[in-house]
Amino acid sequence: MVQATKMEATRAALGPTLIKLRNEGLDIVCVDADLGYSTSAVKFGREFPERFFPVGVAEQNMIGVAAGLAATGKIAFCSSFAVFAPGHCFDQLRMAVAQPKTNVKLVASHAGLVTGEDGASAQSLEDIGLMLSMPTFNVIVPADSVEAAQAIEAAARTDGPFYIRTMRAKTAVVHDESYRFQLGKWSRLREGSDVTLIAIADMVKVALDAAELLSSDGINARVLNAASLRPLDREAIVAAADETGAIVTAEDHFVHGGLGSLVAGVVAEEHPVPIEFVGMRDRYGTSGTSEQVLAFFNLTPEAVAESAKKAIDRKSE
Amino acid sequence: MVATQTSVDELKSIAKRVRRNIIRMVVAANSGHPGGSLSAADILVTLYFRVLRHDPKNPDWPDRDRLIISKGHATPGVYGVMGEAGYFSTEEFDNFRTPNALLQGHVVMGKPAGVEMSGGALGMGLSFSLGQALAGKLDGKDYHVFCLLSDGDCQEGQTWEAAMAAGHHKADNVTAIVDRNHIQNDGYSDYEHFPDGDQPAKPGGWVMADNHTANIMNLEPLSAKWEAFGWNVIHVRDGHDFEAITAALEEARAHTGQPTVVICETTKGKGVSFMEHNPDFHGKAPDKEQTEQAYRELAD
Repeated sequence: MVQATKMEATRAALGPTLIKLRNEGLDIVCVDADLGYSTSAVKFGREFPERFFPVGVAEQNMIGVAAGLAATGKIAFCSSFAVFAPGHCFDQLRMAVAQPKTNVKLVASHAGLVTGEDGASAQSLEDIGLMLSMPTFNVIVPADSVEAAQAIEAAARTDGPFYIRTMRAKTAVVHDESYRFQLGKWSRLREGSDVTLIAIADMVKVALDAAELLSSDGINARVLNAASLRPLDREAIVAAADETGAIVTAEDHFVHGGLGSLVAGVVAEEHPVPIEFVGMRDRYGTSGTSEQVLAFFNLTPEAVAESAKKAIDRKSE
Repeated sequence: MVATQTSVDELKSIAKRVRRNIIRMVVAANSGHPGGSLSAADILVTLYFRVLRHDPKNPDWPDRDRLIISKGHATPGVYGVMGEAGYFSTEEFDNFRTPNALLQGHVVMGKPAGVEMSGGALGMGLSFSLGQALAGKLDGKDYHVFCLLSDGDCQEGQTWEAAMAAGHHKADNVTAIVDRNHIQNDGYSDYEHFPDGDQPAKPGGWVMADNHTANIMNLEPLSAKWEAFGWNVIHVRDGHDFEAITAALEEARAHTGQPTVVICETTKGKGVSFMEHNPDFHGKAPDKEQTEQAYRELAD
């Protein structure tokens, strides 16, 4: 089992990874809308000032400028908070990036409820749905800092639009240094045959803790980290349905349009089995520390374990 | 290929063919946007046949000037000129707006080759142009980026985000061109240009008896707005005067230290009498009788 003691914010991977890739010769540029300090993009700007373009608090323009840079052959990164990008600039992403498939990489941090104290306005619960709705966008949600750095590198080295969702809060490092992120391939963090827990981002650690709780009840839960939402690891979903017969999804996002919808679609199409969904539904967030907010909305190991038992009970239906 | 010094007489003749192309396309598709295509036609002809450094046979030439069509619905005008310039076979005009055709309803990046960016949602072109301009500076290239905007583009917030940023970055390799025809989808953009006889009903625009809206969003003083954002402003009083357009665009290219906007006063529907100043032909094809009249008026 993976040991999870180290805590690091996935957003901190951006600046250092871009510096590394530029030093390896990649033609990287970065457009910034006044949040690069928080997304760590400014580290790249400090190192490569001529390749760093501040545009002020103007996310629509940020995406358009990035697309223009990309159209000349550059690898154009931009970053913001997920509520602002894609939140402020959906049509710019659609028209200037998704449709013409420009080589733009949007790395949006402060996603999900764990943005915390600022409350509902700052808690992006729709961004995955928005980004998945555009079929040419690759959508990656790294679980930890190790995976975030590798996902950013994969995005830089793969032509086309990418959305990478990072978080403000420190999250448990669940992968060791030997881990190798692959597009369209989910990592299996725990073996199990009774139920599969499929999680993203901060909920991966929650799912691992839930599996621990379940094991004390004699239930063996498989845990998958679904970082690559597009391309999707359909094989992993079908195998989970086939081999464990029940699935729980867990996400710090709305279930509709998010991981839950995505997994349910594949299961319904390929191999119907009971699914339970842990995530946000029908309402917006609230202020509080990450721990308080996750507990308030029942995004906890206990809730995931409870859902797993429900899904297992439904197998006999 | 460097821009050729096409004579005014030749430009006039090309522009007439372009206007016939516009009618041909919207009639074939029974839809599309003739009004803003006709208003921009002379600007586009001047660009493609005098100002742009481009090569229709090598549309991906890295050192080419870029022309970004922010008013991406003006495709009959854009395709009408590109076809004349040799980017594709003019037979394609008849397939305009049909499934999988080369000539889609609104501009699509690379389709046909030479279209620099997708458009059709207003307000997006200037940001993209700035990105291309910044890349040109970073790469030490001397190409120039032109961006064609409409009145409606100047109402979109993103255009002013881009204007602020281009001024801030002193992007003197960008030139915005405003096709200032004062008419948009619902009617008349500005107070000064609503038809005689209809009195201001209230501040902020009103619907007139014919269901067109007057004073939709007054852009004036437009020059002062661009100046305040750090731009060099050139006014072209007649946006159908080839020499005046040429002089303005060459001056814009030569200007250093700040981006330039060329505000061209144009006539919506220019060249077809019943389309001129008429909001009805912003986004509508003429009927059979009107088509015959249009062709008569546009005959050589």
